[in-house]
Amino acid sequence: MGNGTELGRVRGLGPAHEGEEGWMQQRFTAVGNLLLVSFLAISLVLLPDLSFGSVSAWIRHPVPAVAMALLVVNLFWHARLGLIEMIGDYVHDDGNKFASFLLVNFGAAAGVAFGLFFILKAALGGIAV
Amino acid sequence: MAERPLSPHLTDGMRLHWKWGPHMLVSILHRVTGDGMAFVALPILIWWLGALAGGQESYATFQHQATTWYGYVILVGISWAFFNHLCSGVRHFVLDAGAGYEIHTNKRWSLATTVIGVLLTAAFWAAVHFL
Repeated sequence: MGNGTELGRVRGLGPAHEGEEGWMQQRFTAVGNLLLVSFLAISLVLLPDLSFGSVSAWIRHPVPAVAMALLVVNLFWHARLGLIEMIGDYVHDDGNKFASFLLVNFGAAAGVAFGLFFILKAALGGIAV
Repeated sequence: MAERPLSPHLTDGMRLHWKWGPHMLVSILHRVTGDGMAFVALPILIWWLGALAGGQESYATFQHQATTWYGYVILVGISWAFFNHLCSGVRHFVLDAGAGYEIHTNKRWSLATTVIGVLLTAAFWAAVHFL
């Protein structure tokens, strides 16, 4: 903690003691989610039906496939920040906080990895029967 | 470092430090819908993508579960959580900009975001069924 500027004197004194940069990332990913989930919702509405054939043909197009990949990364990043914010508010024991952050980070990384793999497989894989 | 007050500081024994108002409802709903979607909607999204990647059979299993009565309850719940979180999130951007703190404006927009979230959910499902 600094003792020079006004910002330096207060930085780290919030209940979570850290996380200023997460605040901006939370806003950026929020705007990203607004756009990308809207893309998904509008796509689901506009598809003729939600059968395997329609949806797997849809995700083979470049724009839907890339949008879904960006959506998975953006959603899990935003959710990770939100969960860390909640844990920072309610979990005060340092050990429990560390364990909770660990689980959130692992969960988010796993979600992104599986999500991207499934999108690649659905978009590029052979027609499964 | 000195002990600092905790935030949110909700209770003093049995006594609540706050009383209900629309702004509290929208704040609590923002957190509940956001963290709720992290635990419910994201696993289901990954399941849907996994079922799609797995082929016709796994997709049929997902589709069967999604179209049961509890499947619809969960999916409608997720869509409401999303639209509610979207509206209260947009409200947060306005508050971040330093606007909307006057008591009547704040109350009006708190109610509006909650109502608009429900209306968007209804509009989305109407569109899914009729378009």
